[in-house]
Amino acid sequence: MNRKLLAEFKYDLAPIVRGYNRRTLYLNLTDREIKSKPVSDMMIDKFVGGKGFDLYLMWHGVKDSTKWNSPENEICISFGPLCGNTSYPGSGKSIVTTISPLTGIPVDCNVGGHFGPYAKFAGWDAIELQGKSEEEVIIYIDGDTGLVQIFTAPDEEINSHILAEELVKEFADSPDKLQFVSVVSTGSAADHVNITCLNFSFWDKRRKVARLKQAGRGGTGTVFRDKRIKAMVVKYSGLKVDTNNPVDLPTLQKTGLKLHKEIEVGDATQCRMHEVGTAHLMEVMNDYDLLPIRNFKYGQMPEAIGLHSREFTALFTQGMADGCWYGCSLSCCKAVDNFKPRTGPYKGQPVCVDGPEYETAAGCGSNIGVFVPKDIVEINFYCDTYGVDTISFGTSTAFVMECYENGILDKTKTGGLELTWGNADAALELLHQMARGEGFGLIVGKGVRVMKDIFAKEYGADPAFLQDIGMEAKGLEYSQYMSKESLAQQGGYTLALKGPQHDEAWLIFMDMVNNHIPTFKDKAEALHYFPMFRTWFGLQGLCKLPWNDIEPANNAETDEPAKVPEHVANYIDIYKAITGKPMDKVEMIRQSERVYNFQKVFCMRMGKGRRIDDVPPYRAVGPVTEEEYLSRAERYDTQMRDKIGIDPTGKTTAEKMKITRDFREDQYQQLIDAVYFRKGWTPAGVPTVEHLQEIGMDLPEVLEVVKQYLD
Amino acid sequence: MKVLKTYPEKCIACHSCESACSNLYFKEDNAAKSCILISEGTPPGMNVCNQCQTCVAACPTQALTVNSQGVVMLNKSLCIGCLMCVAVCPTDSMRTVQGMHSPFKCIACGVCTKNCPTDAIKIVTE
Repeated sequence: MNRKLLAEFKYDLAPIVRGYNRRTLYLNLTDREIKSKPVSDMMIDKFVGGKGFDLYLMWHGVKDSTKWNSPENEICISFGPLCGNTSYPGSGKSIVTTISPLTGIPVDCNVGGHFGPYAKFAGWDAIELQGKSEEEVIIYIDGDTGLVQIFTAPDEEINSHILAEELVKEFADSPDKLQFVSVVSTGSAADHVNITCLNFSFWDKRRKVARLKQAGRGGTGTVFRDKRIKAMVVKYSGLKVDTNNPVDLPTLQKTGLKLHKEIEVGDATQCRMHEVGTAHLMEVMNDYDLLPIRNFKYGQMPEAIGLHSREFTALFTQGMADGCWYGCSLSCCKAVDNFKPRTGPYKGQPVCVDGPEYETAAGCGSNIGVFVPKDIVEINFYCDTYGVDTISFGTSTAFVMECYENGILDKTKTGGLELTWGNADAALELLHQMARGEGFGLIVGKGVRVMKDIFAKEYGADPAFLQDIGMEAKGLEYSQYMSKESLAQQGGYTLALKGPQHDEAWLIFMDMVNNHIPTFKDKAEALHYFPMFRTWFGLQGLCKLPWNDIEPANNAETDEPAKVPEHVANYIDIYKAITGKPMDKVEMIRQSERVYNFQKVFCMRMGKGRRIDDVPPYRAVGPVTEEEYLSRAERYDTQMRDKIGIDPTGKTTAEKMKITRDFREDQYQQLIDAVYFRKGWTPAGVPTVEHLQEIGMDLPEVLEVVKQYLD
Repeated sequence: MKVLKTYPEKCIACHSCESACSNLYFKEDNAAKSCILISEGTPPGMNVCNQCQTCVAACPTQALTVNSQGVVMLNKSLCIGCLMCVAVCPTDSMRTVQGMHSPFKCIACGVCTKNCPTDAIKIVTE
């Protein structure tokens, strides 16, 4: 490739000390400034790393008025002190943040692949991208020689499955060293729509392809392309077991080996990650009425048998080392090899498809009425290579399909597409339109919140109905679990800072199935603890899955099985073994609380983040339509009698729906009161000064924002 | 396939094989660093790699490969010390010492057989 060097920055290579480089890399695409910024003790003490560093850097990079496409908006990618160790499963995560085109507030994504660990071992605790380039560029970090370069990018290709592979081959020292290069890229849809992602590659030596893991939520790909970045490439060739320079390698190895053995013994009878990854959940969710079907109307349908995990097992190549970072024995990132798409520009060409994972199988399957696994694989492939988030695509497509079925949309409005339930061809055509930048796909790619506005204003649809069925909050589309029968999960979704993603709290089984958190106080405690505990993974550069998608054999006999106490102890052990710093389960939560509240205040600074923003669409809370109520009439009638204290006999369905809705919406508000109190926030959802002082997040810039809302 | 075959009924648990192995590979007489492990009992326990190749599939860097004689070999320059091979070994014969960067295993070199006074171990081709 004939590239022109636009800018270059040389830096000294230095060993990592106990998980930290103590410097971050700053690149400005406007003036091509590249520099190293020191990491202070305060940053480490208060922000830890990972998402904490990202948010700290972004806070000082953006203005109150910054929009997603403002030049000063940043994409930050950070790795955390534990990231890159090869001993403990799930230790290769990057955390990506930016001001989201969907929400206008910081979004954070936790993504696998080799880029994060390699960029960290290249010498950086975080990468901060700001400004906009005038021409297409590729950013290259050579971690072997200490060099950062910005090149022109005359590459014709932009779609990730091709671009990532081309760049790996271009920047690798030789054909036998492809595994030392990783690429961040997106795809052609990111030039046109907002529901986009970034792909982080890892070279699969066995398959001989660049596999792709997604920083999926919130439109990160759109910001990337707005800066005219085609890709970031990193090369690092020196990986060893002690590259992270832990203070206590034996303890790190011992703890990792213990979990490897636990997975080896337990995975086949627990989550079957080796066999089918997170798609093992398909029939479990359907059995418990939790699998989203037809835009979250129902959680169970007989047709869902077509999406049983055995169907995906049959598609995934078995027996492969499918970790997205070295040392991950959970091995959940399954792939469909030699898949031949039946549509689009790559029709008939054999490709390797990463996934489908559960979220994709549910969102691009049952939720849009598609029950053919190969159709889901094809949607998955095109989403990834075009740079589209499968979760937002699934939920947005489900929304337009329901609008179509209700007559809000018709073929004249969709450009001829028949968006009926289960029409996989139409769903794929939406995707191709997003990639080409034309047609109704451009509307769908704006996301549910914008579509609600358009359909009400331009097509005369009832805004209240659109609000009820449009599965978004804060502007972000819901991920793929039914929350109607779990009040705690309704809160888990709506209170999530970036928008309704289940990575803060997944409490459905604890709440709905096992009834372990029956009171508001119990639920509030769970909605405090679990989001804080899970935030910790993002600070350290870890994956959540090895925490509770494998459990010790005696976990059920422990005091708090939902917390998986032995694994919490593992995390404390590996944190101490790497950083040499003291840690216990109280300080873990405190570390998270500081960053979590900082993010909360950051959202407020950008204009969201209060109670008025923590509003669920009613579809996430209860039955919107008569059809939904009648489909589970016995359940709702029984609840009316037992929980509300009203006899449903003789009442019309409309009357019963109103009673149910009033009750459920009131329950939700009571929950929010309890959770805010537990989190140290006012009833308006604003962190109090006293709470910020207590947790040590009383920085002047934070208090300045909070005080505007407390007066 | 070339493999170190064990005959526990002949073993007298003198541990000479362990000494030979650890001396060859680690230059020290230390059973913890021997690829073959002898435990007391009647007959004694004899644990050593049977070259089943389960570890080869688990290795994320392809540091473990099978040579032309069917012996599983570890390329230390490719090994990143994750120890996943240790966890998947069905006979617990992929060995590790905490703090050491790579695991180690029997490569059927036969040095131990020359030190065994009772012919309780033998290199065979199966």
